[in-house]
Amino acid sequence: MVFSAILFFIAAIGAIVGAVAVVMLRNPFYSVLALVCHLIALAALFLLLRAEFVAAAQVVVYAGAVMVLYVFVVAYVGGADEPLHRHGAALKVLGPVFGVALAVELCIAMLGTALKGISGHGAPYVPGFGTPKEIGTQFLTTYLFPFEVASLLLMVAAVGAVLLARRRRGLEGTTEGEQTTFRVARPVLTGTMHESTGIRGGGGTVSESEYESQREPVGSHTGARGSSGDGRSEGGW
Amino acid sequence: MAIGWYLAVSAIIFCIGAIGVLTRPNPLVILLCLELMLNAANLALVAFARMWGGESGQIFALIVMVVAACEVTVGLGLIVAIYRRNLAIDVDELNELHG
Repeated sequence: MVFSAILFFIAAIGAIVGAVAVVMLRNPFYSVLALVCHLIALAALFLLLRAEFVAAAQVVVYAGAVMVLYVFVVAYVGGADEPLHRHGAALKVLGPVFGVALAVELCIAMLGTALKGISGHGAPYVPGFGTPKEIGTQFLTTYLFPFEVASLLLMVAAVGAVLLARRRRGLEGTTEGEQTTFRVARPVLTGTMHESTGIRGGGGTVSESEYESQREPVGSHTGARGSSGDGRSEGGW
Repeated sequence: MAIGWYLAVSAIIFCIGAIGVLTRPNPLVILLCLELMLNAANLALVAFARMWGGESGQIFALIVMVVAACEVTVGLGLIVAIYRRNLAIDVDELNELHG
């Protein structure tokens, strides 16, 4: 009992400090790392609440996968130090005021609640509560529809992210005139996989000068284009 | 520990996340603060599941995690698209939908 109380306070303080660090740190990269600490502390709280599977999913999915995505995007966009607040905005004052007001309101709601259960230690523990077996059984029987909808939502989000983040301006260093020397089998600038990764069909990015030298024969010997057949011609696909 | 303690921690984390969403100008950090708020809700859901002794709250928390992952994917895709167009990564500058 004492041990669980000590563990609770360590995890709760870790979670709150992590949350404050996310908001207060200037560099977005450090904010992401603070959120990882916060998520791991939160997983410890989940374990104390006997939600083993949720805690494991929290660490693996959130602290593992989603945070790696964040780190990649911060590294791509460039995580420079920045001012914490907007310049001279009223929200600089109003934001914390709103937050404190919300906290007070939530505390009043919690203290004035008629729920007797929140001052207790929860329902008596049944062996097997919160295990993957129980969660899986519930997901595939009672909550089958939300489960399927969640899978559909994940697929829509994945496709949407690819559509949003693709490169829309074609390959780097190509103009309309250069495009005509390719064997173009599609409308240009429609966002193919090669365009999104910035790689021409030959594999690997070609510098501008050697690209120019390679381009000439292909453009001039139009009849031999098929036989010269270098990998660049399949850049459209 | 009593369930009320967990709910108090959840409320505090939610408010910190709300303050972050309102005050930070960087959309990346705003997404992180949204994660904070969703996690606070998750903590409350799991605490209530413990209180009643049923798994429904935990399943709700797992679904919230799925939705949060989708939100992050689309949000980060938007930020990458903003960066590719050489716009400022600042929600004050990004106040037009067109162009």
